[in-house]
Amino acid sequence: MTMKAPFFLPFLLHAATAAAAPSQNALRPAGIQAERIHDLWLLTVAICSLVFVAVLVALLLALWRSGRSDATTAPDVASLAAPEPKLKRSVLLAVGASIALLFVLIVADFQTDRLLGRMPLSDAVHIEVTAHQWWWEARYNDPEPGKIFNTANELHIPVGRPVIMTLKSSDVIHTFWLPNLHGKKDMIPGRTSLIRLRADQAGTYRGQCAEFCGLEHAMMAFLVTAEPNDRYEAWADAQRREASNVLSARESRGRQVFMERSCVMCHTVQGSGANAVFGPDLTHVASRQTLASGVLPNNRQQMAAWVTQPQKVKPGTNMPATALSGEELEALLDYLGTLK
Amino acid sequence: MNLPFVQRLCACVVLLALLPGCYREQRPLPGAPATASPTDPLRLSGLQPGEPRASATASNPFEENAYAASQGKRLFKQYNCAGCHGGGGGGGMGPPLMDDKWIYGQDSANIYATIVQGRPNGMPSFGGHIPEEQLWQLVAYVRSLSGQLSSAVAPARGDSLSPGKAEQRREKEEPKEGGQPQQAQ
Repeated sequence: MTMKAPFFLPFLLHAATAAAAPSQNALRPAGIQAERIHDLWLLTVAICSLVFVAVLVALLLALWRSGRSDATTAPDVASLAAPEPKLKRSVLLAVGASIALLFVLIVADFQTDRLLGRMPLSDAVHIEVTAHQWWWEARYNDPEPGKIFNTANELHIPVGRPVIMTLKSSDVIHTFWLPNLHGKKDMIPGRTSLIRLRADQAGTYRGQCAEFCGLEHAMMAFLVTAEPNDRYEAWADAQRREASNVLSARESRGRQVFMERSCVMCHTVQGSGANAVFGPDLTHVASRQTLASGVLPNNRQQMAAWVTQPQKVKPGTNMPATALSGEELEALLDYLGTLK
Repeated sequence: MNLPFVQRLCACVVLLALLPGCYREQRPLPGAPATASPTDPLRLSGLQPGEPRASATASNPFEENAYAASQGKRLFKQYNCAGCHGGGGGGGMGPPLMDDKWIYGQDSANIYATIVQGRPNGMPSFGGHIPEEQLWQLVAYVRSLSGQLSSAVAPARGDSLSPGKAEQRREKEEPKEGGQPQQAQ
């Protein structure tokens, strides 16, 4: 038994890490839309397996029934003198079965599409998601203009409430893919597409760009946290608040660095003078779990690496390196830490 | 080594000819962080009160460095210069940078001043926001857009798809005299 322990160890470790990491798995649907797509997938797999088994059985049967020769005689491969018995019947049967099974799949496909379109949409959350090279911008729309807010790379949605996402792209073709909640949807520059989903189980789900979009395509991920409605509302209220201007001396110094250096040329911090929209909105950057679009865990060390050496962390990213002295960097990190 | 004199001479000439290439690919270590104290101002006029003081560097230290020019190309996108002047400098909300018209002059110092100080009718002033080193890299790239840099220095390719000619293959536009600043509306 002890000999086998190392063999099981990687699997155990994998199970442990898989439990901790956010789920990105189309086979574990967490919402009604993904469940319907999952059902269609199961049906397709079942039918394809059935056809595969049937073909194999037919092949083995044909091998079993074919004429044999003994060890000394060459096999007779000349054309059959008499036509194979019941040939027409077996071919008709196979063709009929194929057509019937394909029709089952077509009908199921249409049915799934209709079911996806029939999800009730009352009381929906409207989010406008714009893909950039290589990050995700999210704008939570609201009929009341004062309630609109922006965030990036990390979305929260309420459990049980429908979410309507308007998908756009600012540069090249990207694909929005959140497998636990829905299928893929292309984001084509100059066009708008819609995705309607609902999370029925609370949890954090990982999504990713699924269309090659340039150098850092693989490092373009996002997180979606589905949580009970009251917690979602609390999160949204917190996101709507402007950044606090009550700062310690060091944090003020960090704010000054932010405003004087290149940070302010691309990023927004609501409530301060920084209003640029070329990069992600940083008003609540400290409340996010990851940095650089799901690449780094959000902590002080990684933030320092990201600010000073972005091209090392994510080569090709559109964030230029910022040269800062030690004192300036520490102050800046303090300030960014207040943006909760 | 018993090579005839002529062959030795030829080898020396070839090696000497290769020397200028050393600087072309030189990659400087990251410079010291910019300090808050202002450096020498860039002066547009020689007239000064009191003793004359130096103007900021008037020539680009990276004019012959291919690495700097290609870094400038990346910065041109990263700092969203492309947002107004077009991805390949073809123009948009701001004037094109690949043609022969220079409203405020085509010299490195003029371009540097344009970026640092800004210009009327929309060009923001980036002085203090962009580190000195990156400013000069941008200047080198802006000059390469209209073929002002040697083809051994100008960028040959970019990170994104571009329908136009690479900067390296652009013909040198002869800057037109007397480009006039636009009148304020």
